[in-house]
Amino acid sequence: MPGLEVKLHKLTLKNPVLTASGTFGYGVEFDDFIDVNALGGIIVKATTSLHREGNPYPRMAETPMGMLNAVGLQNKGVDYFVENIYPKLLKYNNCVIANVSDSTVEGYVEVAEKMNRLDHIQAIELNISCPNVKEGGMAFGTSCPSASAVTRAVREVYNKTLIVKLSPNVTSIVDIALAVEEAGADAVSLINTLLGMAINAETRRPVLSTVTGGLSGPAIKPVALRMVWQVAKAVKIPVIGIGGISSATDAIEFLLAGASAVQVGTANFTDPQTTVKIIAGIEDYLRRHKIAEVRELTGGLLL
Amino acid sequence: MKKYILDLKVLSNRALNQNHHLLELGSDEPLPVMVPGQFAEVRVDGSPSTYLRRPFSIHRVDRGANTMHLLIKTVGEGTRHLAELKKNDTLNIMLPLGNGFTLTRNSEVLLVGGGCGVAPLYFLAEQLFRQGNKVSMLIGGRSAGDILLAGEYRAFGNVYLATEDGSLGEKGMVTAHSVLKKEVSSFKKIYCCGPDGMMRAVAHIAAANKIECEVSLENTMACGIGACLCCVVETNQGNQCVCTEGPVFDPLRLKNWSTAVETGCSLDQ
Repeated sequence: MPGLEVKLHKLTLKNPVLTASGTFGYGVEFDDFIDVNALGGIIVKATTSLHREGNPYPRMAETPMGMLNAVGLQNKGVDYFVENIYPKLLKYNNCVIANVSDSTVEGYVEVAEKMNRLDHIQAIELNISCPNVKEGGMAFGTSCPSASAVTRAVREVYNKTLIVKLSPNVTSIVDIALAVEEAGADAVSLINTLLGMAINAETRRPVLSTVTGGLSGPAIKPVALRMVWQVAKAVKIPVIGIGGISSATDAIEFLLAGASAVQVGTANFTDPQTTVKIIAGIEDYLRRHKIAEVRELTGGLLL
Repeated sequence: MKKYILDLKVLSNRALNQNHHLLELGSDEPLPVMVPGQFAEVRVDGSPSTYLRRPFSIHRVDRGANTMHLLIKTVGEGTRHLAELKKNDTLNIMLPLGNGFTLTRNSEVLLVGGGCGVAPLYFLAEQLFRQGNKVSMLIGGRSAGDILLAGEYRAFGNVYLATEDGSLGEKGMVTAHSVLKKEVSSFKKIYCCGPDGMMRAVAHIAAANKIECEVSLENTMACGIGACLCCVVETNQGNQCVCTEGPVFDPLRLKNWSTAVETGCSLDQ
């Protein structure tokens, strides 16, 4: 039986399949459909320092092979997370990762500090790439100095594995990746959603309440794959691939491009069993290709 | 209630009018337990432009025959594909999702449906009837051709009709029907599903007459299980997912629902 274990900095994942933040709730939403513990890990919905209502409805527009969303980090804040949500996550014995976002560096630091005290949260993913909030989010992730500053500030208070989730809405994602690596990130995950827009021609109005939103789903896969390949060549820290992954073949393509693990996002909406199907498919691929360990695939692209 | 992903078999697909179909589904395994007001997320195969599942109310369930029905309105590519399903085709479906209506017992109730908003009301009317309620139905549409399944609802009680062009039942908006005027106080509860403006107007009438009310909302959804947070409605407790907190709501919980009334819904009481 081929080995599926992968390492991400100090973390050992039983397999390289994680869930993308904001597409998997807090895991419990999927308990009826899959054994969540069978996954390499789960990255739960973003947590901010304070309660956020998110953006007004409508927040979603279907697009060819994907969707736009403008949820806007709706969550009840870190204190609610610690008291009410964290206890529900204790039943998961795989890797539980919190996604951390905010509008200010101080806010990121506050959430990271509180997450640092939670034994069962083994890593945080710093979300400096949400395109759906007016302040913060993507604003931090689109310039090297601000990406570096927020990563450095969080690094000072967070001593477990620190992943930084990168925005594709930049001129050079490689430069941002190098900046956060230099500032102390243990891994980078990419890509967050691409800024997009939908218009209803009949009403002449934007579909989303916020006019623009984040594009996800299979439509963005080629862009994500290209960015993962570029970043993986440039940085020394592990890269986690995200972007339209819906099948084992998609996941393997990201591993070959240089990712050590992958996140499944929007596909969870169309088939809540996508993640476990991908794990089975990766195993089958390894067997067919007589590869002993999945980690041998990372960066295995033949040029 | 445990949720399932199932491959169900299409047993029949009956056109009710030009753009509404009644899809009968069955399975070799016993169908999961479902209650009126819950919904299903249906995968649309073979339609490249339909990426996400489509939510539909559970229209009726026949436990004896182990079958269920969905009422499908054709609005775009995805629903057009569903309308073309044939006997023995397979349909991948997630269900039961969301929360059902609160069922009263031995009471007097009014069900108000507009257009394809009648979809969840058959299952509801049947269950309310079985629980000893005196059931009345008010169904509205633009024209006689838009009134769906009125005959079948007669099995459970009185059926009142309203059409905007007067081709069937009372002429005018469903919300202006006489049953919602002087007779309305005889009802202990009103259940409603239909266009947003219609439900707001009915909620307003219920609140004005101090009658309990429940409405079934239909927002644009992606996941249907509370993971994406796309289908929210503004409630007194903040934004809540229609898929997991609803789709059935007491309108008093919805922000600005019992006071604001959309124009176009006549309310001259």
